[in-house]
Amino acid sequence: MSGGSILPLLLALGLAPLLLGVINRTKAAVAGRVGPPLLQPYHDLRKLMAKGAVYSRTTSWVFRAGPVIGLAAVVVAAALVPLGAPALVAFPGDLLLFVYLLALARFSTVIAALDTGSSFEGMGASREVTFSTLAEPALLLALAAIARKTGSLSLSTMLPHVTVGVWAQAAPPLALVALALLVVFLAENGRIPVDDPATHLELTMIHEVMVLDHGGPDLACILYGSALKLWLFGALLIGLALPVHSGHRWLDAGAPALGMLLLAVLTGLVESSMARLRLLSVPRLLVGAGVLSVLALLLVLR
Amino acid sequence: MITVSGWADTVLVCIVLTSFVLLGSSRLGACIRVVAFQGVLLGFLTLAARQDDPSLRAPILALVSTGLKGVAFPWLLFRALRDANVRREVEPFVGYGLSMLIGTSFLAGSLWLAGRLPLPSPTISPLVVPVALFTMLVGLFLIVSRRKALTQVLGYLVLENAIYAFGVGLVEGTPMVVELGVLLDLFVAVFVMGIAVFHINREFDHIDADRLSALRDWAG
Repeated sequence: MSGGSILPLLLALGLAPLLLGVINRTKAAVAGRVGPPLLQPYHDLRKLMAKGAVYSRTTSWVFRAGPVIGLAAVVVAAALVPLGAPALVAFPGDLLLFVYLLALARFSTVIAALDTGSSFEGMGASREVTFSTLAEPALLLALAAIARKTGSLSLSTMLPHVTVGVWAQAAPPLALVALALLVVFLAENGRIPVDDPATHLELTMIHEVMVLDHGGPDLACILYGSALKLWLFGALLIGLALPVHSGHRWLDAGAPALGMLLLAVLTGLVESSMARLRLLSVPRLLVGAGVLSVLALLLVLR
Repeated sequence: MITVSGWADTVLVCIVLTSFVLLGSSRLGACIRVVAFQGVLLGFLTLAARQDDPSLRAPILALVSTGLKGVAFPWLLFRALRDANVRREVEPFVGYGLSMLIGTSFLAGSLWLAGRLPLPSPTISPLVVPVALFTMLVGLFLIVSRRKALTQVLGYLVLENAIYAFGVGLVEGTPMVVELGVLLDLFVAVFVMGIAVFHINREFDHIDADRLSALRDWAG
């Protein structure tokens, strides 16, 4: 285990809600509205933290532990992801830990949703688990393809190994991986082709439906956790698709941060221009992402 | 400067992707367009394979094959689709997700098989043989796993695309007369199939090929 820079973790913790603000602002601009202020997600979090929580009498400690465990898992995962600089914690195999910390966060949300005893939340939990079963192989195989190409099993060493030279030499598999990661990024964060974060209609809800019974600081934990998760998947994608390794410290740190903003704008544009898929076609999209990852892996294994 | 193999690799990966789109898409019209796009990609593959060849052979072949596969065939097939007036859904025997998974295993199998296949002459890219084998398998799979007569024509076209890619990929290559002859045969075949689809539809009011197997000489 080697020590890295604390910068990526601080960036993630500080700027993750801003990403949501940029996405919402982009969607508003495309729709011709003014939109909420860029810092609105921070204000929401502050407001929620000041509130008290209401707990249903049917819930147990599982319901109260869910949001805290979820946020803790995502924060630990944030310590593993490099962005412009090596991550705080890095060791061979940390990509598996990263994937399963996110799975732990999801598990805690799902179990808390089931603990309420509401059939509505059970439905959301079932959808969430079904779709993540399909998204996880796509993510793992995509990471495996990068690991194989760069000969490294740690996120902090393998993402900096993807340079312009590697792209020129193996453009097709890397482009496939980037595309697969983009689909996983949209699906895992409940963005539009898979789930609509803006609605509260029972037919469309996957992520939103599971947190309906949470309030106050618990809801703040969940919102902050999902913003962090969005940032982490974005950081993976940017680390792969925007290989700036000039050796100049500020340029190396600034380019990925700018890349994240561009990714947020891109997400906003995707959300404005696409309709949500029918629930039945979502598995096909995710299997498609998995197929892209497998294809990339087979190409680099060759 | 990207090498011959680099361009060819990119085109071949795109061909693999179009095959996966075919396995996973549910609209007949979209399938016809994807097969047409695959034909256009094969035209690019011809050009990429013969980059250093100064003669006009490659451009002519690419032009004829793109014209046939990218324009003439889709036109014929869309006409057949319109005349048959059927539901524009693929109606597969094997679901789309499973089809794509089976496609993945085809791809792995083709890569494995191509690694052990001795070839008489070198190929333009190490990917040519596996991609050709994979596309062949996908074509066969489309023929057996889809219900409509029209999708079987599409499967047949994908199969032919694979064989064409195989021929182009070998550095020696087949003589141009042979290639053009094959393209002519293909044109006649698609033309005849279009008419056949129309007649099947007129006789039976559908183009579900699986129900043809229930035809018998005697009743009972």
